[in-house]
Amino acid sequence: MKPQRPDKFRLLTCLALLCASSALAVPPAVDVANNEISIVMDQEPQWLNTVKATDAVSFRVLDHITEGLMTLDANNKVVGGAAERWELTDEKVTFWLRKDARWSDGEPVTAHDFVFAWQQVANPASASEYAFLMRSFTNGAAIIAGEMPPESLGVEAVDDHTLVAQLTAPTAYFLDLVTFISFRPVREDYYRAQGQLYAADADKMLSNGPFVLTEWVHGASLRMEKNPYYWNADAIKLDAINVPYITEDSNARFNLFMDDKISMATGLDISSMKMAMQERQKLRSFRDGTVFYIGFNHRAGRPASNRNLRRAMQSVYDVEELTYKVIGVPGNVPAYSLFPAWLEGDDDKLLAQYPPHKPVMDAEQGLEYLRLAKQELGLEEIPPLTLLLSDTPGSIKQGEHFQNLMSRKLGLEIRLDRQIFKQRLAKMSAGEYDMVGAGWGPDYNDAMTFADLFTSWNLNNRGRYSSERYDQLVLEAQKTTDQRRRNQLFSEIQDLIYEDVIILPQYERGYIYVQDKRIEGVRRSRIGGDPNYNHTWIKGAESGGGAAEGY
Amino acid sequence: MWLYIGKRLISGVITIWFIATATFAGMHMVPGDPLLNDKAVTPEIRANLERAYGLDKPVFQQYLLFLKNMSQGDFGISFTQQNRRVNDIIAEHFPVSAMLGVLALLFAAGGGILWGALTALNRDRMPDHLIMFMVIICVSVPSFVFAALGQLAILRLNNLLGVSVLPVAGWGTFSHMIVPALVLGLGTMAYLTRLMRSSMLEVADTDYIRTARAKGLTPARIFFRHQLRNAILPVVTVLGPAIAAITTGGFVVELVFAIPGLGRYFVQAVQQLDYTVIMGTTVFYGAFLVLMVIAVDIVYGFVDPRIQVSKSVG
Amino acid sequence: MNSYTPTAADFEPLQEGIDAEQIHRPSVSYWQDVWRRLKKNRRASVSLYIVIGLMLFTLAGPLIWQVDPALQDLEQISQAPNTGRWALVIADDAPLPEITSRRLATPALIPEDRAPQNFRLTGSANSEGVNLAWDAVPGATGYQLFRHELEPRDADDLGLPLVRLLSTQLSYRDRLGLETRQYYYSAVAVFAEGESRNYSTIPVSVTQALLLSEARYRGLVAEDATDAEAIGSKVRLESHPLGTDYLGRDMLARLMWGARTSLFIGIIAPLLYVSIGLVYGGLAGYSGGRTDDVMMRFADFVIALPFLLFMILFKIAFGLGPGESGIGPLLLALVILSWPATARLVRGQVLQIREEAYIAAARMMGASAPYLVLRHMLPNLMGVLLVSLTFAIPTAIFIEAFLSFIGMGVVPPTPSWGSMCNDGIRTMLSHPHELMFPAMMISITVLAFNLLGDGLRDAMDARMRSDG
Repeated sequence: MKPQRPDKFRLLTCLALLCASSALAVPPAVDVANNEISIVMDQEPQWLNTVKATDAVSFRVLDHITEGLMTLDANNKVVGGAAERWELTDEKVTFWLRKDARWSDGEPVTAHDFVFAWQQVANPASASEYAFLMRSFTNGAAIIAGEMPPESLGVEAVDDHTLVAQLTAPTAYFLDLVTFISFRPVREDYYRAQGQLYAADADKMLSNGPFVLTEWVHGASLRMEKNPYYWNADAIKLDAINVPYITEDSNARFNLFMDDKISMATGLDISSMKMAMQERQKLRSFRDGTVFYIGFNHRAGRPASNRNLRRAMQSVYDVEELTYKVIGVPGNVPAYSLFPAWLEGDDDKLLAQYPPHKPVMDAEQGLEYLRLAKQELGLEEIPPLTLLLSDTPGSIKQGEHFQNLMSRKLGLEIRLDRQIFKQRLAKMSAGEYDMVGAGWGPDYNDAMTFADLFTSWNLNNRGRYSSERYDQLVLEAQKTTDQRRRNQLFSEIQDLIYEDVIILPQYERGYIYVQDKRIEGVRRSRIGGDPNYNHTWIKGAESGGGAAEGY
Repeated sequence: MWLYIGKRLISGVITIWFIATATFAGMHMVPGDPLLNDKAVTPEIRANLERAYGLDKPVFQQYLLFLKNMSQGDFGISFTQQNRRVNDIIAEHFPVSAMLGVLALLFAAGGGILWGALTALNRDRMPDHLIMFMVIICVSVPSFVFAALGQLAILRLNNLLGVSVLPVAGWGTFSHMIVPALVLGLGTMAYLTRLMRSSMLEVADTDYIRTARAKGLTPARIFFRHQLRNAILPVVTVLGPAIAAITTGGFVVELVFAIPGLGRYFVQAVQQLDYTVIMGTTVFYGAFLVLMVIAVDIVYGFVDPRIQVSKSVG
Repeated sequence: MNSYTPTAADFEPLQEGIDAEQIHRPSVSYWQDVWRRLKKNRRASVSLYIVIGLMLFTLAGPLIWQVDPALQDLEQISQAPNTGRWALVIADDAPLPEITSRRLATPALIPEDRAPQNFRLTGSANSEGVNLAWDAVPGATGYQLFRHELEPRDADDLGLPLVRLLSTQLSYRDRLGLETRQYYYSAVAVFAEGESRNYSTIPVSVTQALLLSEARYRGLVAEDATDAEAIGSKVRLESHPLGTDYLGRDMLARLMWGARTSLFIGIIAPLLYVSIGLVYGGLAGYSGGRTDDVMMRFADFVIALPFLLFMILFKIAFGLGPGESGIGPLLLALVILSWPATARLVRGQVLQIREEAYIAAARMMGASAPYLVLRHMLPNLMGVLLVSLTFAIPTAIFIEAFLSFIGMGVVPPTPSWGSMCNDGIRTMLSHPHELMFPAMMISITVLAFNLLGDGLRDAMDARMRSDG
């Protein structure tokens, strides 16, 4: 074997050289010289078409490359985006657009672009899942149902820079609503020219936001560069955002961060957190606004439609134990309400103003409720109940805990039914379950995005809970614009959810993340795309400035 | 010969049809609904979606349409990324998997032959025991453990040296491929090492080696001219199946190292019940494997005069 | 001297029928010989013992180690291997009163950018909770608490952000995943502009505690002990020789029950598909001609299916009902996709055996088809089948592990080695035992069956048959 040895070594040196040279091509986490940062995404964006986008990753990208009439500033306050001025009366909204708002090809952004986009969202032919948002406008519902042409939507471009929208009802949170991705503009001529493949690649889309998508290698990497045509380009500090990695593996993300390849790693698990502490990294936490809960199947004939059975479970389900011991990841907080803690009330947070009931853990009371339930259902024993779960490790762990707890405290037999995403949804829609582990995140910055979830007409009310009182409370809250009255109504809804045990709240989701010390001003928001780098700057880089730190 | 190739190709086409049908049947047996999403949609929007994907037609009609489009090489549009064609998805992600697979195979074959020869030459001595012990470990530890350990090892190495020698994950340059290919090829390498070793030992006992030795040839000459050459043949014959195993077996490595290969895409598509992507990928892989097997058989016919492919039909 | 005197009996003629001249040697059947050679092969015999050991571990293990694999012990989540730790029994409902302050929250006060003073531990610090309290900082809008495993070096190194509290709250009870170790708690005042850079830190040693109700439920305190007697007593928690998993379940028990799943799939699936392959291949080979052609063509189709892709596809296609473990669909998918390899092998063998002279002889003597198959063909096939079966077992175990790894395997709470590995890989760094033990079980099993297969193949190799 002797003659082979030198060859082997030569090969190794070649390999080492090759590695070293190609490693240089990978962008670093923070490139101070070029004023660029690198980040990671957990998945490939599914749709970069604002008309049809539904997933969080697409929202995150779209939030950098498009801008609505209203937008969020560095502190998550709603401010004018493409709109310079606006006027909101009861059922009529007028927006005056900026004259200097332009598309990435230099053409001006006009009111027609918004009208076209909103018509497309409502248009049955687009099959947009967010079409329901357009019911806010007159004729919206009829267009979605295919009874009227999309052109009849109650939105009109009076001239190139004036947009008037007719609402079906006064909407207190309309300006918040308009920041949502589905309300972003789309230019008709370009959209039609691209046809089916619109936004399939970086060169098949137009931007009007702070950044432009310049590279998109599917499944592998993206690159966004500063948009020179953006009206407020001076306020944008970064020259480019690289996404050189796409991975759903949180360990890999953390490893990339530790290797100085990305400037932020989110969703750390316990292992990574311990390692981060050993490495003395600064850990941060963020709650994304989603509330998780155990939903019941309220359909008649199902055991869970019995209130006493639900109360029995409520009186033994210790969410503190769940959050602190079973989940054990800081950032998550026990939830006692459908409403998350961040929702604003009158002058304090909604939940600070109207604290939710915390169920008292009492197994004996639980058994008593169970006895009543058996009586009412006319059953000797409660049959095994099915708990439907998604196939993420976290949800299975919670399910196993629930199963164990119910069997130990109440003697109930719970069967876990783990299904992949679409199969779980199919079972939920068909009502083939007794309980389900579910979560709900906000679509807009108002308690209504949570409150109307259990109205009898809401299709997302997959457990088919139905009560006249609940419906009435929501209807009244929808009609009134008096914030104080609305909050009172929300607190009544909160009490009803507790008393009727419509759901068993579990926790508000939170993440622990690490962020490169050299960057500042990353906006974390619960609605739309998160995290957002529109207002981010690199310390010591050339265009660095002094914007206020984000949340 | 041509007749043989023609026959094989025809049977290949039938096999692909069988794969397509099995995939279609399997896909439509799957409970669940690809059009459902987190947010519920109204029946009107639902109907619009069904029309857009052709799911409003009877199943048999869908099947015929699928076959018709497939025969024209068109797998349709993805369900989850409605503006991407399945053909584009395959065209973009398969080369990644193939590249990784080829590299892994090169590594496995090179390593297998080298280690196998080494162990055979040092039979029953320390290097033999050591290498065979490593081989046994490689065969019996699941690949995902190796993948996770591999990534950790890179991280530790980079931290130790203070510079980034190898990337922890991702794709794009040659340095991205090294460790994933090593991990992917490990199992095959272990298998080939064993094969090479036994083949070397078998050859060592043959008469022509004894003759060569009796002639007084130098050990190096015997080793390179006679033993190695003959011992490699059986190794070459198993490379065909190994290609198949490696190219489709990259799921775990692609998942852990964030490599945008087709395997990872397939797993995602299954989670999302993306009908068109699942069917497209499966049929494509099936066709690829069938063609590989045919190609390998034909190549053997040319390489090894002892095998007469034209007679082994049926 | 020893002299022998012959008697008359010595001169008797030998009795008829005694084969005195026969050269006798115990006959050695083929299987006896295989067995003997297998025993001589050191590696194979060791692996045979390992396999037997595994069977004992799986079948008899749970009888000896009578711990419920589903029993969750939330006091001992992800514990390293131990032989029972001591815990202090504490009262159930002793939450300390929350310290709050309304008055100090008034913004009229001039903010003082300093760390919360008098940051202290109130009550004992144990695994059920750590009670902390501090004095108000004038002008603060809230407080942020951190917990570190090392002593903090600066304001950016305070560890896990535990909670952000309102300015009115001046105490907090930390219950988050407490381990029995030393922690460093830090408190920071939050102002309108953000977190202060000043912090107070205290070290806290957490001890293991157990709630009285929990201790009673587990029978760790004497039945007749009064609450007062029980509280403050030390009890020994259940021992976990291989540690616990993410829900505090005993790893040893889970490995034993997981072995049932993994080995069940690993052994039953190959048994099933090898027998199907035997029947199918045997039939094809025995009938020959057109039937053989058609049958083998179909087998070729099935072989052509991309294995892992179809494995996943079938796995989801069969669906799962509530409470089902998913072992059935996994078995079914494995069998559907794996039988043709054996069928091919068997057919080849049958075609060969069919031409043997002894078959022709038996046929001429009027042997019936069943007789031929049962008496001549099957025994001759057994060797090949046994070897392929032994090699199929590790493959099946690997497939189960792989599918569990990508989340399509056996459904929890049913344990299996593969899904245990999948769970363990996420906590590989902090709790390596959760990955190490199941991975080792898989490795040992795969290794044992592989070596046994090697040994069997060598032992059955007619060329190497020993002379006895």
